[in-house]
Amino acid sequence: MSLLRNLATISPRGVMKMWERDRRAFRKVFWVSMVPTFCGPLILMISLGAGVGTLVSSVEGLTYQQFIAPGLLASSAMLGATYSCTYDCFVRLKYQKVYDAILATPLNIEEIVTGELFWGATRGLLGAGAFLFVIATFGLVKSPLAILTLPLLFVVGLMFAVLGMAFTALISDVSLFTHYFTMFVTPLFLFSGIFFPVQNLPAWAAGMIEITPLVHCVRATRCLLSNQLTSQFWWDILYILALTLAFFLLSIYLMRRRIVK
Amino acid sequence: MDLRTGPRALSADKLSKSYGSFVAVDGISFSIDPGECFGILGPNGAGKTTTVKMISAVSPPTSGHLDVLGFDPAREPRSLKAVVSVVPDENNLDIDLSVRANLEVYAGYFNMSRAQATTKSQELLRFVELEDKAELDVDDLSNGMKRRLLLARALLNDPRLLILDEPTAALDPSIRHQLWDKMRDLKARGMTQILTTHYMDEAARMCDRLIIMNGGKIVEHGEPLALVKKHGQPDLEGVFLKLTGRKLEE
Repeated sequence: MSLLRNLATISPRGVMKMWERDRRAFRKVFWVSMVPTFCGPLILMISLGAGVGTLVSSVEGLTYQQFIAPGLLASSAMLGATYSCTYDCFVRLKYQKVYDAILATPLNIEEIVTGELFWGATRGLLGAGAFLFVIATFGLVKSPLAILTLPLLFVVGLMFAVLGMAFTALISDVSLFTHYFTMFVTPLFLFSGIFFPVQNLPAWAAGMIEITPLVHCVRATRCLLSNQLTSQFWWDILYILALTLAFFLLSIYLMRRRIVK
Repeated sequence: MDLRTGPRALSADKLSKSYGSFVAVDGISFSIDPGECFGILGPNGAGKTTTVKMISAVSPPTSGHLDVLGFDPAREPRSLKAVVSVVPDENNLDIDLSVRANLEVYAGYFNMSRAQATTKSQELLRFVELEDKAELDVDDLSNGMKRRLLLARALLNDPRLLILDEPTAALDPSIRHQLWDKMRDLKARGMTQILTTHYMDEAARMCDRLIIMNGGKIVEHGEPLALVKKHGQPDLEGVFLKLTGRKLEE
């Protein structure tokens, strides 16, 4: 229960100070950071939309480009937050010793980690927001509900921030992030219903995918963009919130265990 | 609180820290008066840095009693950290930020307003003579400048207790003298200081009193000159070698 006691010490102001540090540091690396999270999905949308789109007349009543755009949007939030809370945080933790320096001030680990998580979500939202603007100019956004994807994408970013942070707290070598990306992020990207409906897979595979996180984000984003708030949408939101909460607690616990000796 | 510790800046009583079965600090007791420069000497692995971490509320003691400026570091870390600062032995400046931003952002962690942070940072850049480097990246500073920036950063909160962990390690003599001058300045303003060092000449020059640690225990304590006399050695280095039985830089 010491976890809950430590959580109770979090002050919004402390979290904000950590977030503010990241925001100032981000100025320096803005373009370097934005290019992979924003351009990656964009290139895929253009190439697949133009290429595969000519082979596929419609998917679930949408053009192929309309079909893949929401999933790519969600994946952009995933990538931005994931890079931020894996590589970036690990470097600050282990090599730059930024957290050691901050821990000499009244900020505590819980505030540092929470600030990093919110910054990760912000990074995700920045890339995804820019991507949303682009797909809107492509004419792929029909519903005014599209604006609600922004808070959703922030939460999607937060979920992948807490997942990445928990992994970061556990590993000792930066090269292990390669495994995180090849074994976790890339399969999610390929099998979460971004490029084809999950139902096209065998039932057992589709069932397994339901356990993983990105599919819920893709479906929820697609629902918002196509203006269909079904019960499925709310289940997806519930999954996202529950997983985020669970891994938030876990990442805080693991980071304190790692840093305080 | 023990009445005897009231006017002290710090009192440690049977303070210990273990990591698993390894005892890093083994029941040490000492006290520091306000305004004093207090030395913690010892070979590598003697327990100096662990002691400093307990005092600065970064690492909780395994047992014993510790009172720093009236606070219990394990129970009141936030209040204590507001009035204690550490100049760390390794450079942990924020390389993603400019020299000035290193100070301004760090000031924010102490809950200073933006205006206060700007003013205080400018004042400290002047104090450590880095005004003309303010817009540079930290990586573009020399080692000596980085040390000065670390010192400036540690002064943002006007600490009542300043802990300097090997502050002049690997610096050339003229830069060491610069830093000593700054430390004397601060001491003259009444700031209590704890200095851990490998350099016996530094300890002899700067410290009013000191302890010598070895294997997690205090093996000697007193004023530098009195220790030299007591042990019949030519200087503090001789005392150190006699007590720890080790060469300094091994």
